[in-house]
Amino acid sequence: MTLNDLYLLSPEIALAGVAMLLILLDLVVSRKGVLLAVGVIGLALSAVFSLVLWGDLGSEPSGQMQGIFGTLVVDKFSLFFKLLLATAALLVLLISGSYVDRIARFRSEFYGLILLATSGMMLLASTTELITIYVALELTALPTAALAAFLRDGRSAESGMKFLILSAISSAILLYGMVFIYGRTGTTSLPEIATQIEGMLSAGVLDPREAFGDSKALLFGITLVIAGFGFKISSFPFQFWAPDVYEGAPTPITAFLSVASKAAGFAVLLRVFYISFPMEVVSENWAAIFAVLSVASMTFGNLVAIRQSNIKRMLAYSTIAHAGYVMVGLAAFASGSAEQTGIGTSGILFYLSGYVATNLLAFGAIIAMSNRLDTDQISGYAGMVRRAPLLAAMLGFAMVSLTGIPPTIGFMSKIYLFGAAVSADMAWLAIAGMVNSVISAYYYLRVVKVMFLEKATDESSITSDAATGVALTATAAATFVFGVYPTPLIELARSAASSLGI
Amino acid sequence: MFTGLLTVAVLLPMVAAVLILLFGRDARTVRIFAVAVSVVEFLLTLFVFLNYDTSEGADQFQMVDRVVDWIPIESFEVQYYLAVDGLSAPLVMLTGLLGMVAIFASWTIGQQRREQGEEPREREYFMWLLALQGAVVGVFTSLDFLLFFVFWELELIPMFFLISVWGSGRREYSAMKFLIFTILGSAFMLVGILVLYFSTGSFDMTELPALVRQAGTGLPALAVFLLLFVAFAVKLPVWPLHTWLPDAHTDAPTAASVMLAGVLLKMGAYGMFRLGAILPDVLRDVSWALAVLGVINILYGASVVLRQTDMKRLIAFSSISHMGFILLGLASAVGVAGSVSPIGLTGASLQMFTHGVITGMLFLLVGYVYERAHTRHIPDLGGLVGRMPVLGAALLVAGLASLGLPSTAGFVSEIHVFLGTFPVWSWMTALGAFGVVLTAGYILWMIQRVMLGPLNPRFADLKDATPLELVPIAALIIAIMVVGIFPSTLTDVFSTGITPIVESLQMDLTLSRN
Repeated sequence: MTLNDLYLLSPEIALAGVAMLLILLDLVVSRKGVLLAVGVIGLALSAVFSLVLWGDLGSEPSGQMQGIFGTLVVDKFSLFFKLLLATAALLVLLISGSYVDRIARFRSEFYGLILLATSGMMLLASTTELITIYVALELTALPTAALAAFLRDGRSAESGMKFLILSAISSAILLYGMVFIYGRTGTTSLPEIATQIEGMLSAGVLDPREAFGDSKALLFGITLVIAGFGFKISSFPFQFWAPDVYEGAPTPITAFLSVASKAAGFAVLLRVFYISFPMEVVSENWAAIFAVLSVASMTFGNLVAIRQSNIKRMLAYSTIAHAGYVMVGLAAFASGSAEQTGIGTSGILFYLSGYVATNLLAFGAIIAMSNRLDTDQISGYAGMVRRAPLLAAMLGFAMVSLTGIPPTIGFMSKIYLFGAAVSADMAWLAIAGMVNSVISAYYYLRVVKVMFLEKATDESSITSDAATGVALTATAAATFVFGVYPTPLIELARSAASSLGI
Repeated sequence: MFTGLLTVAVLLPMVAAVLILLFGRDARTVRIFAVAVSVVEFLLTLFVFLNYDTSEGADQFQMVDRVVDWIPIESFEVQYYLAVDGLSAPLVMLTGLLGMVAIFASWTIGQQRREQGEEPREREYFMWLLALQGAVVGVFTSLDFLLFFVFWELELIPMFFLISVWGSGRREYSAMKFLIFTILGSAFMLVGILVLYFSTGSFDMTELPALVRQAGTGLPALAVFLLLFVAFAVKLPVWPLHTWLPDAHTDAPTAASVMLAGVLLKMGAYGMFRLGAILPDVLRDVSWALAVLGVINILYGASVVLRQTDMKRLIAFSSISHMGFILLGLASAVGVAGSVSPIGLTGASLQMFTHGVITGMLFLLVGYVYERAHTRHIPDLGGLVGRMPVLGAALLVAGLASLGLPSTAGFVSEIHVFLGTFPVWSWMTALGAFGVVLTAGYILWMIQRVMLGPLNPRFADLKDATPLELVPIAALIIAIMVVGIFPSTLTDVFSTGITPIVESLQMDLTLSRN
């Protein structure tokens, strides 16, 4: 570990350090706002370090900096995700202020654990080695499980327990898959794996098109890795933990899980598959799996979401559907030229950014309302337009964006991502995605309908605190501005995606 | 190039909507503001129409607002490109006209809602109505396919709210049905647009005809055509995708019905014309199907009308019937003996405009009658003309125009369609012409049952139209008569839009013969 390694890890170290500081501060500070402010400063610090690293990348001819014996890489791709994760966590802190005030004890731990989980996710975006991936995944999972169980009532405890056990199982599956990959290639480093496979392909000892043979071990490993990551991104058929965990966890943690966990999961997924398995004879196999998972995931998520009466459960199924939309970008990888793959990969990054803004807008409004509502039932939002016109408008706007109707980023990112599928001659996948958007309109707009059309039983007005207001304004502005003028964000996503070497 | 005129025409209602949302407090002020905006918008769109240069050698696309690098991403280039041609200029004006009519028709919306024991929510109402108008102007003026799609979708949410909050009957069901049908259509349209883009490298509607010809067989032309056609067919609507229409029209508030029948249906027809310009050879290949669907629409719509007892539902089904004429006119694109005549296509494009003003007026008048009598059930009404001579006369004018009486707008468009299509599809046209007979039947029968006959005593103290209500009625009667007596005001403009389509159809025909 050299000084340079510390510098490369500075975004993660800043978060872990501030998380420890927070837990200690709790002993001496009693004012509410201070803890939140320290947490926000920690995330801002981490984002600043990421930006400094981004600036330094300019002087690197290879466009990346490697550290800790090549297990860690800092490139635009990882920094894009670090910035996205820091932003997401920051917004989650802002919207959780009022929620945390209702928790009697362990407030600092709540913020501290969010910071720790975020630092694990950031690490995940940087790793280029299988064992480090596993370590980073655990670093993410443990604080998250504690957060899910934070309320310590029956449902929350169930949520934490479920998350812990299922993430352990998925990690085990992932490890099992990694073992096969290691066994076939003799290395755990992602670029090394690619070199080994290339070598075997050109020597003719590996032929994934052959019915039985040595290559099956490799493909089996890849399939298991997909299954393992499938849990992390809550893709069908590995989604069953999501609804229960989302429902039971504290709402800010549900928000955090739905955007940050998913973004980090896709970050590592993209890196593993694009760095280690980009060769066509291999990628056509996994891209086909992702195509099937994509359609299955969006269809299952949307159809089941229709039947939900609890808004958190509904959004849980909605994230399953959105995982399906994102996988369209992965499925479009195989048949694509470099230019088309560029659209697919940057499409995924763009989509995830848009999803962070939109979903946090939705959750922010839900948290602000639920402070006075005491229910997560959708019917409880009746007549919200009278009680909290601005919050209702924001939640409505988020629902419109999730459906993918302009002028929102949800619309732009869907078009861009489905464009990738069409350009890869997979128009059927785009059609499946669009038809699914239509199905989703039904349940997203039902929330709008309840808020704007039905009569409230209770007419008392609902207001939100300043921090939530800031977060909501920022996410709503991002949802609108990038929905009308997405160019800067797409440019950023493209330059980040290009550092994956394709 | 950036003349800014069309950008203003799109943004003015939208900005006004945002202003109402932010600063609208007093309902009366909001009303006056909305009326003022709609009048300015109408004058603006009228200027666009009158300013359109139809002389020989003038550009096809005029009043261009173009920012090439809206989304300048490599391999995904989208422009901000607004302009009008002969096809869209009259439709922009129609949108301005009906937008103004709709706002005028909504003057008493708050009062009506209070009478029904519901919150007026006038501020929101005018906000959505203006936003809707801006989006529709955007649809008719955008020449970049993706921008077109953005505006196409943008129109959905305002209409959803207008029907579901201020409607009547099963309004929430109807609003949702309208929404789901339309988005389902646009889902296919988007994929079609993307396929078109990735086969030709452009979203630009003005460049696409040439690019498509270059792409030749590299483009799955029929698939693209069908994907886009489904979206337009839902909007028009074409049987059997029409089932949302009677519900939406019937349950919508008057102003929304006016906009829905008057301009939103025209978006579907307009899209079909643009599609025909881009893929003329496919249009020719499928024109037999268009003719068949057109005749089904005409006859099915007209037969179902005969059974309706709700005035709004009656006019809704008559719209389906009238939209069949557009399909029939489009079907003449196949040409006969190697030459394509522009008459049928001109008739179809005229039908867009004339149906807009006529049906807009019918819905407006039915709305006024309903406001007074509180019922639209035809058997309950009768003899109203004695109490409201002006409204009765206006209904007669609109009805006669609807059945295609010479000297009214309806006659001009239908005769063009028949003249243009008869040489190509003789039997189908003859069948379609029977629809005119049915129309005459149901329109006159409705007017007789509603306006003539003995007066129901409970309607003894109904009042005639107020001066404020006369404004939109007068505007629409002027439009109907001007087009009926001087059809060249419209045909000159429309034909400059039709000529390029006919030329490319002709070119294709000559090519395939050699």
